Amino acid sequence: MQKKNALMAWIDARLPVSTTYEKHMSKYYAPKNFNFWYFFGVFSFLMLANQILTGIWLTMSFTPSAEEAFASVEYIMRDVEWGWLIRYLHSTGASFFFIAIYMHMFRALLYGSYQKPRELIWIFGMLIYLMLMAEAFMGYVLPWGQMSYWGAQVIISLFGAIPVIGDDLVTWIRGDYLISGITLNRFFALHVIALPLVIVALVVVHILALHEVGSNNPDGVDIKKHKDDKGRPLDGVPFHPFYTVHDIMGIVVFLAVFCFVVFFWPEGGGFFLEHANFEEANGLKTPEHIAPVWYFGAFYTILRAIPDKLLGVVAMGAAIAILFVLPWLDRSPVRSWRYKGWITKITLIAFAINFVILTWLGTQPATALYTLIGQITSFLYFAFFLLMPWFTRFEKTKPVPERVTV
Amino acid sequence: MKTLIVWILALIPYLGFAAGSKVPLDDMKPDMRDKASLQRGAKNFFNYCMGCHGLKFGRYNRVARDLEIPEDLLLENLIFADKKAGALMSIAMNSDDAKTWFGAPPPDLTLVARVRGEDWLYTYLRSFYEDPARPLGYNNTVFPNVGMPHVLADLQGRQMFGRAQKPIGIDPLTGQEVTEERDDVLYLASEGSLSEKEYDTFVYDLVNFLVYMGEPIRAERERLGLWVLLFLALFFIPAYMLNREYWREIH
Repeated sequence: MQKKNALMAWIDARLPVSTTYEKHMSKYYAPKNFNFWYFFGVFSFLMLANQILTGIWLTMSFTPSAEEAFASVEYIMRDVEWGWLIRYLHSTGASFFFIAIYMHMFRALLYGSYQKPRELIWIFGMLIYLMLMAEAFMGYVLPWGQMSYWGAQVIISLFGAIPVIGDDLVTWIRGDYLISGITLNRFFALHVIALPLVIVALVVVHILALHEVGSNNPDGVDIKKHKDDKGRPLDGVPFHPFYTVHDIMGIVVFLAVFCFVVFFWPEGGGFFLEHANFEEANGLKTPEHIAPVWYFGAFYTILRAIPDKLLGVVAMGAAIAILFVLPWLDRSPVRSWRYKGWITKITLIAFAINFVILTWLGTQPATALYTLIGQITSFLYFAFFLLMPWFTRFEKTKPVPERVTV
Repeated sequence: MKTLIVWILALIPYLGFAAGSKVPLDDMKPDMRDKASLQRGAKNFFNYCMGCHGLKFGRYNRVARDLEIPEDLLLENLIFADKKAGALMSIAMNSDDAKTWFGAPPPDLTLVARVRGEDWLYTYLRSFYEDPARPLGYNNTVFPNVGMPHVLADLQGRQMFGRAQKPIGIDPLTGQEVTEERDDVLYLASEGSLSEKEYDTFVYDLVNFLVYMGEPIRAERERLGLWVLLFLALFFIPAYMLNREYWREIH
């Protein structure tokens, strides 16, 4: 024991290991009233780790060239030891990462976690989400199936809507006049090195910012207002061990759902692995119906809702951009929806349902009826954010308790 | 605009292939545990399909191992060309020749079950009919104007499409089949070497094998999955109790 302490003292004199551990784990006080929704941060982190680890092993057997990419994925599925499992963990992991992220973001909406003083946490989170969309898009191109190719064709051509520089920009992104092996190779480089580095760095900043101001909670009350004589929040518990053991329990349940899909339903009914993507990319044969993967569905619907290409792209960009300014759209004096008025409660639930419909529509062919529903739901998406400054300020709120309720 | 026109022109020849069929598909339930069916399906494939269609992502000896076919039997009966047991099951048909003969080169079928689905394949292989208007004399209700001829016609018999009696259900009183005269019926003008039921089994086995080919690990992953879920279920108990123990003192 004596020796161990001496060793730690030696290290601590040179590198702040103990103080860092205390700051972020054993003496980081988190509110004791976290509920179900607070699991999704750690689930997102788990999926990030899953994607990086399985990604490293996939890279060992994947060949990033137009001639061999598709065959090398089938080689992984058939000839590489446990390759099928690594690949399904990665492909299912992508979808579960987005499920976790969407739930995590909705949690912030429910409890006002983006409000002062947590605006930067929200903005860094949004940057992670934005980078994650780029990461997922480029990763989807790599297996070089029909949907990889034609999905990339559609998404990259969106940049062509930009006036004056559009066409040149598209060529610059593709590195060719068509989607080709050159595009595949640069997407591989971005997918396995550049974007993961950026995402990991952003996650570090996201958590540093969180630990600076402290976690919000379902009541939206500030636990630092009431401390004991040693300066510890009365309504807080040390993250370790209380939330580590709590999260382990949640992770087991999450992994059970995740593994159920990996082992029994890896195609996810054509939503996690699209049927058309089991056919090799062919630039001369368009699939019957080009659909983005489900997690882009909502924004794809907003894009299609507007008949004009440029305005559609602008609307899609605005739909993502408006999320960044959310901390300034919410003018409510209280954080949690528990103490906001009935307008917030109804609009939040309606917004969630509306977002699910938008997502689903994005995966469906654009019939006249679906386009109309898509236009209505796109309008409602923007209405939610644009009316927020008004209804959050004028609705009658309930008094917020001094201490958290359990 | 110019790019758009080029794209549209480039795509016109393929519109016929892209058109989805509206024919209702028959239900087919694959069974990866039925090794006998998979073995028959493999035999059917090697005998009737492999002249034109490869399975280029799969290997002979993997099929033998998974389907429990002894390797010497495999070498004698299934590998026709001068190939090693561990070779990929590709075929040597020249793609340009194939295009001249059939209009489009016959696709590789390793993953066809994952692209089309088992119901589609099962219905498609039973929906060829004689059509003198087509270059090779055959058409298909599931895949109109398909380039492929009815390779299995000797087995199924001469199937026609047109006006005939179609079974529409069972009379609840007499228990007898009720039919109705309709214009869009597939019917047999003469029997082939297999009865209708035998032919359906033949196609079932073949499609079952193609589902296996699409994902050889399928049976094994489901077997393993049960153990993984069982482990997680057991692991939940100590995880739950540990959490309860720590949180007991927190109110």
